[in-house]
Formats: sequence, C-alpha cells, structure tokens
Amino acid sequence: MSEHRDGPRRGASIDARDVAVRYAESDRNAVDDMSLGVEAGEFIVLLGPSGCGKSTFLRTINRLVIPAAGTIAVDGRNVGDVTPEELRRGIGYVIQAVGLFPHLTVAQNIAVVPRLLHWDRARIAARVDELLGLTQLEPERYRGRYPRELSGGEAQRVGVARALAAEPRVLLMDEPFGAVDAIVRLALQDETLRIHRALGTTIIFVTHDVDEALRLADRIVVMREGKIEQTGAPLRILAHPATPYVEKLLDAKDAVRRLQLLRARDAIQTRVERSTTLEATENTMSAPIDADASLRDALSLLLQGASAVAVSEDGRTLGTLTFEDVRTAIAAQAQ
Amino acid sequence: MSDLLLHVRDHLILSGAALACALVLGIPLGSAIARTAALRDVSLAGVNVARVIPSLAVLALAQPFLGIGFRPSLVALVFLAIPPIVINTDVALRNVSAALIDAAHGLGMTERQVRARVAWPLALPVVFGGVRTAAVEVIASATLAAFIGGGGLGEYILNGLAGGDYGQLFEGAIAVAVLALVVQGLLTVVERRIAVRTGARSG
Ligand SMILES: Nc1ncnc2c1ncn2[C@@H]1O[C@H](COP(=O)(O)OP(=O)(O)OP(=O)(O)O)[C@@H](O)[C@H]1O
Ligand SMILES: [Mg+2]
Repeated sequence: MSEHRDGPRRGASIDARDVAVRYAESDRNAVDDMSLGVEAGEFIVLLGPSGCGKSTFLRTINRLVIPAAGTIAVDGRNVGDVTPEELRRGIGYVIQAVGLFPHLTVAQNIAVVPRLLHWDRARIAARVDELLGLTQLEPERYRGRYPRELSGGEAQRVGVARALAAEPRVLLMDEPFGAVDAIVRLALQDETLRIHRALGTTIIFVTHDVDEALRLADRIVVMREGKIEQTGAPLRILAHPATPYVEKLLDAKDAVRRLQLLRARDAIQTRVERSTTLEATENTMSAPIDADASLRDALSLLLQGASAVAVSEDGRTLGTLTFEDVRTAIAAQAQ
Repeated sequence: MSDLLLHVRDHLILSGAALACALVLGIPLGSAIARTAALRDVSLAGVNVARVIPSLAVLALAQPFLGIGFRPSLVALVFLAIPPIVINTDVALRNVSAALIDAAHGLGMTERQVRARVAWPLALPVVFGGVRTAAVEVIASATLAAFIGGGGLGEYILNGLAGGDYGQLFEGAIAVAVLALVVQGLLTVVERRIAVRTGARSG
C-alpha cells in the first residue's frame, strides 16, 4: 500500500466483487458471490446471525482467507498483488479474543507492527504513548503492564491501539466488544466513533448485536447465509426492511429502536404548525434537552409527565416537542 | 581433584553430552510433529515405546552394536532423553492459543516471525519442562553407563558392589542423588522464571 507521510492519512476505499469462499470439507460457500463497495472513511457494519459468513468475508480483505472467486481491491489495488504480510501491516485487525501477546507488555504489544516495519525506537515510543492517550489509557500507568494485569475493557482498548499503531487506512474489527459488559461496551463504542471521526479510517465492523450496528454504522450490511440481504443507512434499513428476514433480524417494527436514532433536532424540523392554545404551559414543560439528544430521551420525559419538552442548542431554545411531534417525526422518517 | 570429583565431572560430561544431542534431535522432531498430524501418530507411538523400555535394557541392547565405553552409553542416554523432549515440544507448540497465532498473522508477521516471536516464546515453559525431566532421567540413568564401561559415578556403585565396599557404594549413590536433585532444583528455578516472563503463570 502506498505511504503518504505528508498530508493527513485518510481511509482507503474497498471494492469487493463477486467474492466467494468455500472451506475445504464444506458443501456450500461460506461467502457466496458477495459484492460490496466501501467508500474511503466509511464506517460499515456487517450484521447477521452466527455462521452467516461475516468473519469469513472480513478476513478475505486482509487475506487471512483467500477467496475461491472474485476480487478485492483496497484503494484500487488488488489485495493479491502485494505479499500478505505487507498487506496486513497496512490494515488494522481487532478480534473478539483480543489476542494480546501475554509475554509482551502493553507497549510491546502496541509496537508489534511498527517494529515489523522497522520504525526507529523513538518514533515507536512516541507512537505508543500517543495511542494509549487516544484509547484513554494513561501511558505512565499502562505502558509497562502485562495483558494479564488488564481488565477486559482495558485489554480491548490496547487491542484497538495495537491495530491502529502503524496508521492503517483500513480497520477491520471482528466482534471486538463481544466479551465486555454492557456499560464498558457502550464506552468502547463511543471511543470507536470518536477515533473514526478523528482519523477518518475506513472501518469494517462485524457484530450480531443490532443496537451496536445501529449506533455505529454509516451503512449496515445485513448478511444471510454468505450473501448480502440488504445494505443501507441504519434508519433507512429500519424504516424500509427489504425482506421479512431483515425486518425480523432488526426487530424493525420496534418504534423505540427508531426513536433512538432520531435526534430532537430532526423532530423540530418535521414539527407541524399548531395553534398557540396547544402550546404547553410553563408548569408542565420539562427541563430543556440538547438538540442532539435522541427522541427516545424526549419520549422518556414526556412519559414522566411533561406535556412538552424544550429543545435547546448552546443555551438557545430551538422549540418545544409534544408527544404528537415525536409521532410525526417517526412517521416522516418512515416515508 | 579428588577421585569423587573426577567421577562427578565424567558423569556430568556424559549426561550433558547426551542431553545436548537429545535437544538437537528432539526439538526439531517435536516441532515437526506439532505441525504434521500424520507424522505425529507414528512418531508418538515410537516415542512412547522407547519410553517404556527400561534404561538397563537400552544399555544392554546398545552394547552388541556399539561395543563398550563412552559412545554406546551416550547413544543409550540420548535414546532415553528424547521422548520427554519430543512429547513436551509437540504439546507445547500445539497448545499455543490459535487466536494468538491468528492475531500474529493478522498483524502481518511472516510464518517465521510468528514462530520466533509468538509460538516459541509461549511454548518455552512447557518445552523446558520436558528438558528438565530429560535431564534428571539422564543423570540418574548415567549411573548405569558404568556397566558398559561408560564411566561416571556408576563406577563407585559397581566397585562398591563388587568389592563389598558399602562406603564407596553409598558415596556413589548419594552423589548421584544429590546431583539429580541439584539439577532438578536449578532447572525448576529457570523454568519458573521463563513461565513468569512469558505470562504462562501470574506473579
Ligand atoms: N476455518 C474454517 N473451516 C471450515 N469451515 C469454516 C471455517 N471458518 C468458518 N467456517 C464455516 O463457514 C461459515 C461462516 O463462518 P463465519 O465464521 O464467517 O461466520 P460468522 O458470521 O462470523 O459467525 P459468528 O457470528 O458466529 O462469528 C460457517 O458455516 C462456519 O462453520
Ligand atoms: Mg465471526
């Protein structure tokens, strides 16, 4: 992969065409004629039940699995044109099992790829500290620890830091947060989003957790038995599941799930004009919520007894939302 | 140097040489069979047969082919030391977590780098356990080398028995026991160090 040391490094595009994988001793394709174009910097989530071929497809991108048919290009370059090692050093890979090397310290684990690339010592040390900072681990405290001295969440952070060490333009994450509890998982998801925004790395993320997919993805790829069933933005897939399979998998009829993805700001925009007599009175108005808060939060306040919710941005009130407005917003988005 | 020390020295030279040969042969064999299932069944069957043949029988069997002296003793002891080394190397390498090997490949290590930087460092404590077992077995069995003129502390025991000199017999027996215990202790300490360093054990 080409190195552009000058200028900001951004994500690479990925283009998979008609990819098929069949494992030996199997009578069907684990990945069956899959085509997927990923834009540079996009956050893609592969979603589907166990065994549908998510990991297999992911591993064709860094050539841990070699497809029987089809082509995969990263940044326009066929992944088979470079040695697997060179390819993989340019692609971050995070797995559920974390895979930190127990005989190496946190710093040494993070330094694996830079060392393979023969970076000099000072550059590696600086990079390790930078990445520990990025993944919210204090360098002084964590650098010298061994993996066995880390909590599950901390270990997973180090796993992410290690994958990002050599500034990859593509990051592959295979159920990276499957083994941590719900609260830590949310925090790690937020950090992944923050890192994605900060670095612009193309991310392909595998999960079978629908909420995780909805939270993270720019675009969700729903898979079924080695094939793509539907792709689209989270809200779009929720609103328009292409098949009963997708509808069932995403539990798309669950309106609360959709509310989670809509922001108060959106509802203000779809709000119908109404007469002043219907405006809520001061004493049943809730405390203001942020314009970027989800409609689920707004609904929650309404259910707690407020007749309207004030929506504000930077201390300025944008408007108020009633139960009717929330309903209108869902209906509008579902069109 | 006293006579006893000279015999200790010979005993250690014979044992050390046998262990060195067994390492040179056993470790590549163990790592080869860890990688090839087909090879494993045959080799492990052979190794297990070798294991149950008593040391004395091995020495007796070696004599018609190799005569007497240092060389046949060495061959017999190498034969004894190989099984634990092969078995432990095979088990150790196969027990390295598949997820770690996968992660190593995923990070862009070559096959060689995966072996040198991940598989071997993690397998080392168990491999070393096999080496320790082999070392102790060799030191104990090297006593029998005296029966075919291989020298070492076995001569004390043999002469003591032949001449009814129980003093000499005990001196030899105790020296061998002390030697085996000391080596066992030293190697155990080294093994613990390796285990801690490779994270196989906490603490
Ligand atoms: N190394 C392998 N050898 C043979 N078959 C395999 C191998 N890896 C996966 N498979 C099979 O290929 C299919 C797809 O597996 P894959 O691991 O890609 O699924 P997945 O969607 O990642 O599932 P999960 O959510 O459980 O991780 C499954 O039927 C699986 O049994
Ligand atoms: Mg999987």
